[in-house]
Amino acid sequence: MKSFLDIKGVHHAYKTRNGPLPVLEGLDLEVPKGEFCAVVGPSGCGKSTLTRLVSGLMRPDRGAVVLDGQEVSSPRKTVGMAFQNPVMLEWRSIIENVILPLEIVAPRMPRAEREARAEELLSMVGLKGFENKRPSELSGGMRQRASLCRAIVHRPDVLIMDEPFGALDNFTREDLWQTMRDLRAAEPFTCVLITHDLRESVFLGDQVVVLTGRPAKTQYVLDVDLPADRTIDVLYEPKAVEMLHLLRDQIRIAQGRDGEMH
Amino acid sequence: MNENLQKIVVPLTAIVLFLAIWELIVQVNGWPNYVMASPSDLPEAYAKYWKLFFTMGWQTLWRTVLGLLIAVVVGTLLGMIMGFSRIARDGLYPLLVGFNAIPKATLVPVLALLFIGQHDFNTVLMAFLISFFPIAVSVGIGLSTLEPEYRDILRALGASKFTVFWKIALPKTLPEFFGALKVAVTLAFIGTNLVEIVSPHGRGLGALFKSGETNGDYPLMFAVLIALAALGIVLYYAVVALEKIFAGWAERPAH
Ligand SMILES: Nc1ncnc2c1ncn2[C@@H]1O[C@H](COP(=O)(O)OP(=O)(O)OP(=O)(O)O)[C@@H](O)[C@H]1O
Ligand SMILES: [Mg+2]
Repeated sequence: MKSFLDIKGVHHAYKTRNGPLPVLEGLDLEVPKGEFCAVVGPSGCGKSTLTRLVSGLMRPDRGAVVLDGQEVSSPRKTVGMAFQNPVMLEWRSIIENVILPLEIVAPRMPRAEREARAEELLSMVGLKGFENKRPSELSGGMRQRASLCRAIVHRPDVLIMDEPFGALDNFTREDLWQTMRDLRAAEPFTCVLITHDLRESVFLGDQVVVLTGRPAKTQYVLDVDLPADRTIDVLYEPKAVEMLHLLRDQIRIAQGRDGEMH
Repeated sequence: MNENLQKIVVPLTAIVLFLAIWELIVQVNGWPNYVMASPSDLPEAYAKYWKLFFTMGWQTLWRTVLGLLIAVVVGTLLGMIMGFSRIARDGLYPLLVGFNAIPKATLVPVLALLFIGQHDFNTVLMAFLISFFPIAVSVGIGLSTLEPEYRDILRALGASKFTVFWKIALPKTLPEFFGALKVAVTLAFIGTNLVEIVSPHGRGLGALFKSGETNGDYPLMFAVLIALAALGIVLYYAVVALEKIFAGWAERPAH
């Protein structure tokens, strides 16, 4: 299948006081349309940098990020972004927070239509009845749900998430995985998810990409051939357990600690 | 006690208590008026000069408010420049700090010489000069410490710098802005009165105070002080009211 997101040999270095800090060095990534790509890698290897390149907030020093056949050189209206911090605007109600991207992407859309769209999403993630609450009145998990709604309210064709569930407790996190799965069943979009949770990467991903330590390049790509309508139980099946072991080993290699185990 | 009632009764009691103690101290010590007037002398002064109090109070009020408004505009602009550009911040900050350190009383004669006879202008200018600093600093810090994610949720959609400022950075700095405005309003008020007292143009509550001094009308002087305090309170709470309207969201419910 032709890939929708195509990252080819991307190099990027940050300028620091001690000279350039190479962060990405020859990173490759291919995600077919509508597929979910989970990216794991050692801490500080350059995963957030990758999201900034895909969203067009930064340009790579070398190599190319191609989305839907076009090279990404600046931000585009067809991306959605979600971060570890839900980044709710405290001065707006929940529904006004969700509407925010529409104000940029579709400034002429009638207010009623915007609200209907936001309400639809909020009820899909179980936040019906919380539309007019302030973000501070919601729990961390609920805020992250609202943040997901905001990330896809304008029907982006690619959703980029940087450890969106990282700060949540285990049960809330598993709840949100299922919410994520349901959202994608309802309206498919291509996904890039940065995570440090291997179970999360296997549950949500169609492929899991393991990055090396900094400077990062693609170390390993795992095809997750599990059914699309997974439940949490699938993670306890031998096939998934095997994948988790494999990923664990890959992460160890990425961290440069493979020798320790022998 | 009812919460709203409490909000009125408690401060009123405090004021009455303050006046009572003041009266008591003057009576016990047997001070004559030229040492210290007592609250019981004040109603007479107000009755005699009430017209002057209104016209002069109005003078002081509009000059303060106008100076403050200019401070808000200029302070916010300076803050924006410093918030968005590192170079501007590094360059402007020491200048502003140095300017702010100058005792403003020294500026009164400077301004008086610069703009001879422009009394209204001088007064407004001083109110502005003395009060823009906290606004500029708070806006500058608010903008430069904006978490990148807040910017990125809109920047990633291709929003312009102005949109990011208008929809995110500005509202997010409003609580700090109003914190600074509360300081600035008091400063602007001081600036106005400084000019009114020191430069001899006979307008404003400061001038009324001065005339009380030159005529040996001590109750009048104290009456002006009380009027100034009252006006200061009004100005301060006007800012608090604005803060409630525009940045009320920053107030977390008490648990
Ligand atoms: N703006 C910047 N300027 C200089 N160095 C940076 C900048 N942003 C990130 N870095 C450095 O680049 C490296 C990669 O950062 P990045 O945030 O992409 O890593 P990450 O994989 O997301 O880390 P984590 O797992 O902790 O989220 C880090 O060493 C970081 O210190
Ligand atoms: Mg990161």
